Amino acid sequence: MSNVLVFFDVLGETLSFTQRELIAQAQSLGEVHIAIGAYQGDPTPALAISGVGEVYLAEASLPAPEVAVVDLLETAVAECGAEVILGSSTADVTDALARLAVRLDTGIICSIAALTGELLATKSELAGSYTTVSQLAPGLSRPLIATFRPNSLDPQRVDALLDAGDQPDGTVLPVRPSQGGVEVLHREALKVSARPALAEARVVVAGGRGVDGDFTPLEELADELGAGLGASRAATDAGWIEHAAQVGQTGVTVSPQLYISAGISGAVQQRSGMQTAGTIVAINKDEDAPVFEIADFGVVGDLHEVIPQMIEELRRRKG
Amino acid sequence: MVNAPLHIITLVKWVPDAQLERRYNAEARIDRSEGVLSELDEYPLEAALQLREAAADREVRVTALTMGPAGSSTAVKKALQIGADDGYQLTDDALIGADIWATSVALKAAVEAVAGAAEFESGEPEYLVLTGMASEEGESGAVPAQLAERLGAHVVTYATGLELEPERLIVTRSGGTESQKVAVRMPAVVSVTDQANDPRYPNFKAIMAAKKKPLTRFSLADLGLRAEEVTAKVRVLSTQARPARTAGEIITDEGDAGLKIVEFLAKERLL
Repeated sequence: MSNVLVFFDVLGETLSFTQRELIAQAQSLGEVHIAIGAYQGDPTPALAISGVGEVYLAEASLPAPEVAVVDLLETAVAECGAEVILGSSTADVTDALARLAVRLDTGIICSIAALTGELLATKSELAGSYTTVSQLAPGLSRPLIATFRPNSLDPQRVDALLDAGDQPDGTVLPVRPSQGGVEVLHREALKVSARPALAEARVVVAGGRGVDGDFTPLEELADELGAGLGASRAATDAGWIEHAAQVGQTGVTVSPQLYISAGISGAVQQRSGMQTAGTIVAINKDEDAPVFEIADFGVVGDLHEVIPQMIEELRRRKG
Repeated sequence: MVNAPLHIITLVKWVPDAQLERRYNAEARIDRSEGVLSELDEYPLEAALQLREAAADREVRVTALTMGPAGSSTAVKKALQIGADDGYQLTDDALIGADIWATSVALKAAVEAVAGAAEFESGEPEYLVLTGMASEEGESGAVPAQLAERLGAHVVTYATGLELEPERLIVTRSGGTESQKVAVRMPAVVSVTDQANDPRYPNFKAIMAAKKKPLTRFSLADLGLRAEEVTAKVRVLSTQARPARTAGEIITDEGDAGLKIVEFLAKERLL
């Protein structure tokens, strides 16, 4: 069994599903150690999971874009002899792990869906149109660094794999925040939606041009299904919803179990962000919309009539 | 020195057109026989041009740099038409199959060569590397941070706004859970998102003017790099095309489509 170092760029009071998923992935590879960048108070109670070994912290919290997280990671790897280093495929984590790969003179594979004990990494490429298997080049005994794409494991499996355990001890490593270079002048927390984050959501409801400026019915449907809310570029460019909701080529890539597309024609760039969804349901007035070529269930109809009826029926069934 | 000249080196990539079918070849490499300037690289280029236009009291040069096969010169030429002052193309067979690690090794040497070759009238320049938020085909977004680490430069990723001050660049970015305004000193590598601006199109005059702009080609040997130094650390063992998604059941709403969708979801155990 190898030693695996899992990196959380930030840890709150409890672990997110994605963080639990990452620990579950890591456990299948070996003994799990955790390095944490930014935190408040004592982060170790959240990590009381059976099989979690050392928890590494710097002398002070290191919120992104603090570059000293790379020093923390480098020191933690030396400390635990990690042969695999894992993080989530988010921007700040990717930045840190990419730099770590330079320091350790080794390869990094981004956005993987699975990693075997032989360190074969499976990932989807070219917007979901290919699946590839990669590994470190032959002869490299260096650690493998990889970022995981959220929702690669079934939530029930994650629950089954993680057992409560003793609260681990935090080990403070001699790493301090960096000086100068990049200075944060202002931070503002993004509005926290009660809905799941788009990239991590198991169900996504997305709207496009056909929404005609009013996302209210889609918001209601999303809340009824516990879904994340997405949008096509046409809808975000029109200013109907914030840009962070954009799904597709230049936006968020989603891989939910269920993707409900409403009023989106399904041009190539929009399709590319959702191609790996388990099931696609499409509603569009135009029977020639390309989205119907890939929908598992399609409705040619007006979303303003179909969605309210869906919501009513979902409530009746719950009722 | 308050108004040191600034050399903005913008990385532009020639990628397979995302509008068309993209595929892997028999060697498990992306088929690069045809391509376009990556749409995601138009935003950093536009950002560079806007910084140059806003800096009236400062000598600013915008250079377009690409690494890729022979055809990638098309990406540089497009960048020259859009408004870059000069262009460089690193092309070498040893770079076929380059991963993130090898790409950043080669780009580091290329950026240093390009920065070193530039002569400015008003003194010793500082340099700033601008990149897209990710490449359109690799999509990792990991190259900017690796390049910065190798250059010993500062890095800020996912910029949505850039503003030049005398000794620093002010960057607005969206981090995972917060929006940030950061000041970064040169040299720096900054990746720019598609939210930063609206890229311009070249007009006829600009297209004609681009023909006179210098385009320099170099190989790894010109940069003092040997093929062994850019051997990929990661190998793709196999590629498999995902079976094409096929159309399922399509119905026309007759007043009960909402009910039918919910029935379908229940049947598929998705509720």
